Amino acid sequence: MSTTMTFAKALNTALADEMEADRSVVVFGEDVGPLGGVFRITDGLTQRFGEERCFDTPLAESGIMGMAIGMAMNGLRPVVEMQFDAFAYPAFEQVVSHVAKMPNRTRGKVKLPMVIRIPYAGGIGGVEHHCDSSESYYAHTPGLTVVAPATVEDAYTMLREAIRFPDPVVFLEPKKLYFSKEQLDLEALQSRWGTPALDRTDGPEPTAAPADSSIGRAVIAREGTDATLITYGPSVSTVMKAAAAAAEEGRSLEVIDIRSIVPFDDETVMASVRKTGRAVVVAEAPGFASVASEIVARVQERCFHSLAAPVLRVTGFDIPYPAPKLEHFYLPSVDRILDAVDELQWEDA
Amino acid sequence: MAGRPGKSGNTAAADQGFEGDTMTISTGNPIEGSMADPSRRAGMDDPVTAEAYMLPSGQPVQLVDPDGLHVHNDKYPLPDGEALLKAYRELVVGRRVNDQANALVRQGRLAVYPSSHGQEACQVASALCIGADDWLFPTYRDTVAVIAKGVDPVQTLTLLQGDWHSGYDPYEHKVSIQATPLATQLLHAVGVAHAAKLKGEDTVVVALCGDGATSEGDFHEALNFAAVFHLPVVFFVQNNQYAISVPLNKQTVAPSLAHKAIGYGMPGERVDGNDTAALLAVLGKAVDRARQGGGPALVEAHTYRMQSHTNADDATRYRTDDEVAEWAPKDPLVRLRAYLKELNVLTEELEEEIAGRAETVAAQMRDGLNAETEVDPEDLFRFVFTEKTSQLREQAAMLRDELSRESA
Repeated sequence: MSTTMTFAKALNTALADEMEADRSVVVFGEDVGPLGGVFRITDGLTQRFGEERCFDTPLAESGIMGMAIGMAMNGLRPVVEMQFDAFAYPAFEQVVSHVAKMPNRTRGKVKLPMVIRIPYAGGIGGVEHHCDSSESYYAHTPGLTVVAPATVEDAYTMLREAIRFPDPVVFLEPKKLYFSKEQLDLEALQSRWGTPALDRTDGPEPTAAPADSSIGRAVIAREGTDATLITYGPSVSTVMKAAAAAAEEGRSLEVIDIRSIVPFDDETVMASVRKTGRAVVVAEAPGFASVASEIVARVQERCFHSLAAPVLRVTGFDIPYPAPKLEHFYLPSVDRILDAVDELQWEDA
Repeated sequence: MAGRPGKSGNTAAADQGFEGDTMTISTGNPIEGSMADPSRRAGMDDPVTAEAYMLPSGQPVQLVDPDGLHVHNDKYPLPDGEALLKAYRELVVGRRVNDQANALVRQGRLAVYPSSHGQEACQVASALCIGADDWLFPTYRDTVAVIAKGVDPVQTLTLLQGDWHSGYDPYEHKVSIQATPLATQLLHAVGVAHAAKLKGEDTVVVALCGDGATSEGDFHEALNFAAVFHLPVVFFVQNNQYAISVPLNKQTVAPSLAHKAIGYGMPGERVDGNDTAALLAVLGKAVDRARQGGGPALVEAHTYRMQSHTNADDATRYRTDDEVAEWAPKDPLVRLRAYLKELNVLTEELEEEIAGRAETVAAQMRDGLNAETEVDPEDLFRFVFTEKTSQLREQAAMLRDELSRESA
């Protein structure tokens, strides 16, 4: 049965369903207890599962991350919330030096099946330190799996998959999407997971990821033939609007929602670009040394002979995230995306 | 429950926040038990404040002095001869491990070695104060502690040999990787203890760090988390007076590092770090208390790093030979040996046997570390993720191809 659900509620439901299915899943962070998180993603979890399974910590992000590492070492599956993108930075040393490295250091003896949830990116009129697109820091760190859902259905599915993933996952939640709504057949989605009562607290042994996991797989969000728009996270909805506008002007644009930044789905992206011969990469983060830069490099390395034009980027400017009244100048817009599409040397075609 | 504040002074203590056997402080966490015996605490009718309960002893606890003589202490009984003999055996092995590792650096078999020469009592006590199912979280200087907990010496030194960043399975002896980023491992210790508590296991975790690490933010966060969640962690600081070149008085002006405990609502204690007997007694009590649900504690050992930070360091640039010489007579081996001799527990036959054991370990280290080990370039990609990403598969194939062309 189809119901209307917000992105936030989908995440909340995914957490509750995984906590129900697997008693090794514990949720903690700042204000995630009785309050339910500042975005209400953990709403009701303490009430339903008790204070031992969903709890508030002292206000210290490195402490949260370091403690999660130890809990994951000792048989639990912690899901931690960093309250905002820029408030995750105090935990950066733990993430880079231990979360990302410990499985490798121990030759796979220590697995860290943990999820680091980070409300990220802008478009919400937030004040300073509340709107950073920090994905490049994590994507650049070997050992981290980095994903960003852009639809309500992916919010639900990808969070459950991240929790079951055997390795640490940085789960980026575009906060401007939290209150977006979609029609969703939740029961059908839930039935895909079955209802196993997992009890993994006796050992650190992780389970394998589902065979059809979204981790490592991009999706074609809109099919097209003339050019490929490659994007992820908060920019997907903007890019979809641009593609719809282009269609009215007679241009057929394919939209790829990357979803999984690490691992990166070269196959889906390259197949699309080889088909269309043109590509624009759209992302909110500053463009210099960014995920968008990496995608452009990969495309031109692999699709050079299929390309009719240079691969372009539409990204944030190389400036600190702007104040609320200025952010619309900064964020990739439908017009800026369409301008980039116009520059793809159509006259040579 | 052993070591609880006890029935004594209940009436008076209740006025100070005690409720029966359990003291409640402002954070709302019950503190059951104490580092201090009732006998050592304020008199029967004296009120016992939270401060008195958590502050360390006026002087570092010492049970055997540098001359090998027993020093009576009301709070901490002397461990029995058997326990001390066991520790002595590990001390002798530990000293030999330090000397052998230094030699292996000079011979080019180890990249570097941060020696715990002079700190062997701390090393040995931190491993012997817990059981096989308890966890130890060591730093890079705690090689001897890792070995004393049961890890193979050659596997322990893999890190410094350069074959891999860690050479042992942390689950086999419940010894975490030797952490290099300071104080970060204290939080992992807190997490392991937290998981154990949630799972209903009675695991105790001993988390090691040095005096320099107490300046790090993670030290603060770890102690605070452990206290707030009331976790069975014993934080054990080896204050060897220097963080590479920087002396303690440039790290802190606190009365002692053990005094920091009170700020987190846990008891602190300080102990002569070259006195194995005192270390076993103090750490043993903290471990017992943690296991019985008493929560975390902070123990500071006063010791001295007799050698340079590592072989790559030159300690003469920041401290005098006279200062180092002052610590030589306080050596942990000399004093425990003297005491055990006096006790007639340590016979000449036993000494020979122990020396033989130390030589066996040293030979094992030489054999293991002089052997030419093969490294496998495929390992570069093997453990980054549970399943290689397509990117890593491509890169592994590239390297494989490169190597096959080189060897062709």
